[in-house]
Amino acid sequence: MKPRRSGNHTWRKIKSALASAIAFISAVLVIAPLGLVFFHLVVNGASSLNWDFLTKLPAPVGAVGGGMVNAIVGSLELLALAGAIGIPVGVLGGVYLAEYGSARINSILRFLADVLNGVPSITWGVVVYGLVVLRFKGFSAYAGGLALGLIMIPLILRTTEEVILLVPNGYREAALALGVSRWKTIVHIVMKTASKGIITGILIALARVGGETAPLLFTAFGNRFWNHSLSQPIAALPLQIFTYAISPYDDWHRQAWAGALVLVTGVFCVNVLVRILTRGRTASVV
Amino acid sequence: MAVAASIIGKERSVQARMASPSRFADKAFEWLTLAMALAVVVLIILIGWQLWIGSSVAIRKFGFHFLVTSTWDPVAEKFGALPFIYGTLVSSLIALLIAVPLGIATAAYLTELAPLWIRQPLTSLIEMLAAIPSVILGLWGIFVMIPWLRDYPFPWLKRFFGWTPFFSGPIYGPCMFAGGIIIAVMILPIITSVSREILRSVPDLQREAAYGLGATRWEATRIAVLSYAKKGLFGAVILGLGRALGETMAVTMVIGNTPQIAASLFKPGYTLASVLANEFTEATTDMYLQALFEIGLVLFGITILVNLLAQLLLRTIATTSATRAVQ
Amino acid sequence: MENLVMETPERTVMERMEKGTAPPPEAETPAACTFEVKNLSIWYGEKRAIDNVTLDVASNAVTAIIGPSGCGKSTFLRALNRMHELTPRTRMEGTVLLHGEDLYSNTIDPAIVRRRVGMIFQKSNPFPTMTIGENVVIGLRLNGVRNQRFLNERLEKSLRMAALWDEVKDDLHKPGTSLSGGQQQRLCIARALAVEPEVVLMDEPCSALDPIATAKIEELIYELKSKYTIVTVTHNMQQAGRISDYTAFMYLGRLIEFGPTTKLFTNPTEKQTEDYITGRFG
Repeated sequence: MKPRRSGNHTWRKIKSALASAIAFISAVLVIAPLGLVFFHLVVNGASSLNWDFLTKLPAPVGAVGGGMVNAIVGSLELLALAGAIGIPVGVLGGVYLAEYGSARINSILRFLADVLNGVPSITWGVVVYGLVVLRFKGFSAYAGGLALGLIMIPLILRTTEEVILLVPNGYREAALALGVSRWKTIVHIVMKTASKGIITGILIALARVGGETAPLLFTAFGNRFWNHSLSQPIAALPLQIFTYAISPYDDWHRQAWAGALVLVTGVFCVNVLVRILTRGRTASVV
Repeated sequence: MAVAASIIGKERSVQARMASPSRFADKAFEWLTLAMALAVVVLIILIGWQLWIGSSVAIRKFGFHFLVTSTWDPVAEKFGALPFIYGTLVSSLIALLIAVPLGIATAAYLTELAPLWIRQPLTSLIEMLAAIPSVILGLWGIFVMIPWLRDYPFPWLKRFFGWTPFFSGPIYGPCMFAGGIIIAVMILPIITSVSREILRSVPDLQREAAYGLGATRWEATRIAVLSYAKKGLFGAVILGLGRALGETMAVTMVIGNTPQIAASLFKPGYTLASVLANEFTEATTDMYLQALFEIGLVLFGITILVNLLAQLLLRTIATTSATRAVQ
Repeated sequence: MENLVMETPERTVMERMEKGTAPPPEAETPAACTFEVKNLSIWYGEKRAIDNVTLDVASNAVTAIIGPSGCGKSTFLRALNRMHELTPRTRMEGTVLLHGEDLYSNTIDPAIVRRRVGMIFQKSNPFPTMTIGENVVIGLRLNGVRNQRFLNERLEKSLRMAALWDEVKDDLHKPGTSLSGGQQQRLCIARALAVEPEVVLMDEPCSALDPIATAKIEELIYELKSKYTIVTVTHNMQQAGRISDYTAFMYLGRLIEFGPTTKLFTNPTEKQTEDYITGRFG
């Protein structure tokens, strides 16, 4: 009896070790694309990244050289437009959920926000195309900014709600007990206390939509030149990367890699910033 | 009274300086935030309404046939969405077959099996993977992944499994299989992080009970944790499916973009999202545009249903952290 | 809103008094009484937290409310500045008069009530994003006071009244949360005093503090009563005995006994009070 039992035990130990090994390999496989993408981005992108790329307009079709400065600036303009729509709506909506809404209304709104977060980003492009581009007869920076802004709303709404709920009730009561009105308490005390978290949520949303291409394909449309009016088509970095990547020109492929390196660097800088901010947040709020 | 009065008398200098509170401002702020919160309701309705309006003529003209015919000929104004629906479902299925076991195994590793010091860095890396824009993964797919797949794994698969219809025929490079793989990479972070939150929400009591009975680490994970969290993990999978169905840029860049229904995964395919990405700006006729709006409506309908299901499954688990991971 | 408040009874009486035309005050309200609570009942949803409490709170004195946890003493305290209304689904009956004025009248804004009746909480809660100085004047500032000279004046005066000025006068720009627990609580007292309330409510102000910090707060309470009416909730009977002039004993939402502290502790009328203060239950 005894030897058999210990044999069984050994086998179980082996099985456990085996399972751990498989899980470890899975984790490596999940991380692998990250490493590979980074490796190739740096290898292919860094060699093509130069001063011209960051400061010049695209060269004429087929010609070698030129840069993506208009796309980089265009992306920033689009993010500003998106932020102008997504930040106030998302933040104030999140405030409602955290401060006013009844449990029932909140669970419905939260549910819808989560469902909206799952709507494919290309759908937003189609919708804004119908709402803005068809109606005003033309692609425009406004349309692109709107599409990105709408995507930001449910993202920011959820993060804002969460961080505001983390603010201890004692601060609300302390302010109200001073005879401060409810809305001033929320704006000057609660939101101020949660400001790091709110900003973090906004940054995450901006980083997310800053890399979006699909909603811009038929709203912002892209532009090989400077955009002189927001009611005109505008270039965006992800859009330009896409156009160049599927083009037949080697020089464009090279520039697509360079653009991708710039875009990823931007996105990751924001992510690092977020990490720094959240570290402070958990220390001060909780 | 004399004392009280004197106190009040002195206070007036301070209290009288303060502005009187405005009930109007309070109400106005509440209504303002409510209006903003209602944006989520408005947006859902707006999407559905716009897609419906944009495709109403096509819906009337093609009816149910739109979903079941496979001819997509804009010149002849014949529009059937079947190849796209097929392509979307098949590529997502491939993605799930790859991403679900990997994602859940990784989640189990991160919560149960890995040494403590490695858990946080690994989690951060997976979050970074989620932050890579789709278009960059597509770029990498075109220039790195596809050439590699074409040279190594695909010929190998063909050699051993070429007798099945799935791995037969010539290898082009861009194909349904490549599309599925790239989607798998895209949805791995979300499946992993949601599964991780689900597993973390399993009460420690479960684990302790299993260890108390002399279970090994793996047995405790399998019996006490994974089976306990089955429903939540299913929710994570469905959520991943929702993302897979709507994934656009990376797939468009590697799937080959040919509207056909072919058994071989080495043949190019097309998805609902890809056809929108590629053809929307080329839609020259009204009916073409209508058909594309209807594609959008179909895509929206499918993803909404899948997401509703995922949310319902995850909601019953009701961990805020799980919903946080969703973002 | 402002007009309505200005025309409330005791203000007009006061104005007339200033002009020297007022009738003798004794005719209008009982002498030296700040709050008159009549038949107060409060429900949280279906649960009755306060059951028909009638009580007068004396001016310029410390009134302590004692009783086992869950007896409704905190709810009663919060009803004195309408803070209990922040809890959803509350309902109240009865009246609370502050210097003869109904705190629950439709024409009075809860914010005005709270400016006149300040509150200190169990857990000190200086605003974490603000400096010590900002914490003190935030009430005035958010209530629309802009005059910087006046704010500075109030800042020093409030901190002096809270016996904190000498300790922090060189650190006003430091975060409020950098202070020790007892200092934080005194900072909260200064913050409440800055808007110059008539009454200060204290909800177990020392329960999170060490004995030395507690002694300081108790001393402060004793000093403050020359200028303010103070109502405090405490679960510590020794403390109630040390600091209060009047004590109310509550049990299961009811007021069991109320009277001068010395009498209530040495010669209680009710059996339940005696049981509680001698530690036989609670």
